[in-house]
Amino acid sequence: MSETILDIKDLWVIYKTDLETVHAVNGIDLRIGKGKTLGLVGETGAGKTTTALSILRLLPSNTGRVLKGSIEFHGQDILGMNDGQIHAIRGEKIAMVFQDPMTSLNPVMTVGEQIAEAIMLHNEGIVTAEVDRRVDAMLGMVGIQASRKDEYPHQFSGGMKQRVVIAMALACEPELLIADEPTTALDVTIQAQVLTMIKDLRNRLGTSMLMITHNLGIVARTCDDVAVMYAGEIVESGTVEDLFLGSRHHPYTDGLFGSIPSLTSRAARLTPIPGLMPDPSALPKGCAFEARCAKRMDICLQRHPEKATEGTHCILCHLYGEKS
Amino acid sequence: MESVTAVQPGIQTFKKQSQAKEVWRRFRKSKGAVAGLLMLSVIVFLLVFADFIAPYALATQQDLAIKLQGPSFSHLLGTDAFGRDLFARIIHGGRTSLSIAVLATISSCLLGSALGAIAGYFGGRIDSLIMRTLDIFMSIPDILFTMAVVFALGAGFINLLLALTLAYFTNYVRLVRSQVLNLAELDYVEAARAGGSGSTRIIITHILPNAMGVIIVNTTLNVAKIILYESTLSFLGLGMPPPAPEWGLLLADAREYMRVAPYLMFFPAMAIVLCATSVNLIGDGLRDALDPHLKS
Repeated sequence: MSETILDIKDLWVIYKTDLETVHAVNGIDLRIGKGKTLGLVGETGAGKTTTALSILRLLPSNTGRVLKGSIEFHGQDILGMNDGQIHAIRGEKIAMVFQDPMTSLNPVMTVGEQIAEAIMLHNEGIVTAEVDRRVDAMLGMVGIQASRKDEYPHQFSGGMKQRVVIAMALACEPELLIADEPTTALDVTIQAQVLTMIKDLRNRLGTSMLMITHNLGIVARTCDDVAVMYAGEIVESGTVEDLFLGSRHHPYTDGLFGSIPSLTSRAARLTPIPGLMPDPSALPKGCAFEARCAKRMDICLQRHPEKATEGTHCILCHLYGEKS
Repeated sequence: MESVTAVQPGIQTFKKQSQAKEVWRRFRKSKGAVAGLLMLSVIVFLLVFADFIAPYALATQQDLAIKLQGPSFSHLLGTDAFGRDLFARIIHGGRTSLSIAVLATISSCLLGSALGAIAGYFGGRIDSLIMRTLDIFMSIPDILFTMAVVFALGAGFINLLLALTLAYFTNYVRLVRSQVLNLAELDYVEAARAGGSGSTRIIITHILPNAMGVIIVNTTLNVAKIILYESTLSFLGLGMPPPAPEWGLLLADAREYMRVAPYLMFFPAMAIVLCATSVNLIGDGLRDALDPHLKS
């Protein structure tokens, strides 16, 4: 296994308001190797974005709180850093691409200025000519003519904007790129373009990546490892091969695969997972997936399942508990 | 926005058009705004070159031999009870009135915007502290508040400026705070934070420029309000000390001669009205030109 760049251990995050406490992330473990891409999959509200925000310490300060656990970046504890240290990491060592490119760019600054800002912020005393050169280079890398750098975001299409956002994120050559559903807001043809580009850049720059998505197709195309998240827990994790080719799965993962239309077999209907995710402010005592599970057993109601490990493949389910 | 983003990528048909040019194009469409701008330009021209048009001496030198004369060629708008040229008094008075109005607007805008941005961005305790202090300011009627300040510190240019600033900055705090509360939630602010920008940098480069449209419009409209307000103060004798001419003061002096020389009241009043109207027209025009929802 390659050198670990990011190591999350037993992370618990809650959002606390006067009315309720939302348990967004409940004891997850994640590990990203150098130059590797980890896909974080799960439905809306599973805690994927919360996990990403915790890594950069961007949780909303008045409600979000990390209860316990550790996030280590190159062995340094991110959660214990002071403001100065975390500012030095954000953007320079760990960069993030947000979901919606339409709103992630400042409408009153030209795209060139925005990329330049990212570069200047992390390279004090850099000369203007050098900044210009790097802005042009970054735009070229994401496939936008450098001549368009004096244009405003509204003059770009959605796919182009996402390219600009990615150029900004990669401008300081971060070691880890967090991509929070980078293609969800784009149409399918542009999705393919952007994904190919991301993959290409990652290989060229050797950047590690955390790819957050709810699209298993994207995982298959871009990731080395996968973690499936459900109600704030990682219910299954392993390499892409473990997940896509393995025979044993968490029932939720089975459900996810069942929800994808197949090109080879004809089916009148897809098989969706019935029901909804449990209310994260009132999680059940037993397995969080119990109410929707096709293979539920009596024990699922009473006891929280243990992790069953087999090589690189981990499953959090009573079905496999006794074998480990 | 939608119509623009729908255009295919890579096609180089966009004419580069700067924000200012675009705003100017839309501003020109409104006849009222252009009329206001022309009117204000004439007024500003008269005030700036007041010394060449009519020397200051004409505005202060008393000559009882020619008192209370109606408009004529030698005295365009007539003379007052002390034989001073009214036209000269109006344009010299306008210099004080308008510069106080503009300076007070700028200083209240700067003070208010800064406090509003801090309150809106940081929230929590700082927000409560600023907003509750503001409530105290706002609970005192403006006119009473300014009078109190001027009484306490004495009349004069700087004190008047201070009084007006303190009376008007509250608007900006509320306005900018509400803008910042909206803007701080947006993705590009979050993205800037994720990119390692500090709070000051985010406020200055990402939040305030996006709130600028609203601030500019409010500022323009406020100039008109402050012109009127400043006239009120000097009418009440709380403005610049005599013999300096000032629009409100001219009105107050003219009151005694209302029956014999109504023009003494009419012309300064016209000056105030024209000035306030033109600034208001410009403000309205700017509001329409800067409103992104009306883009066409």
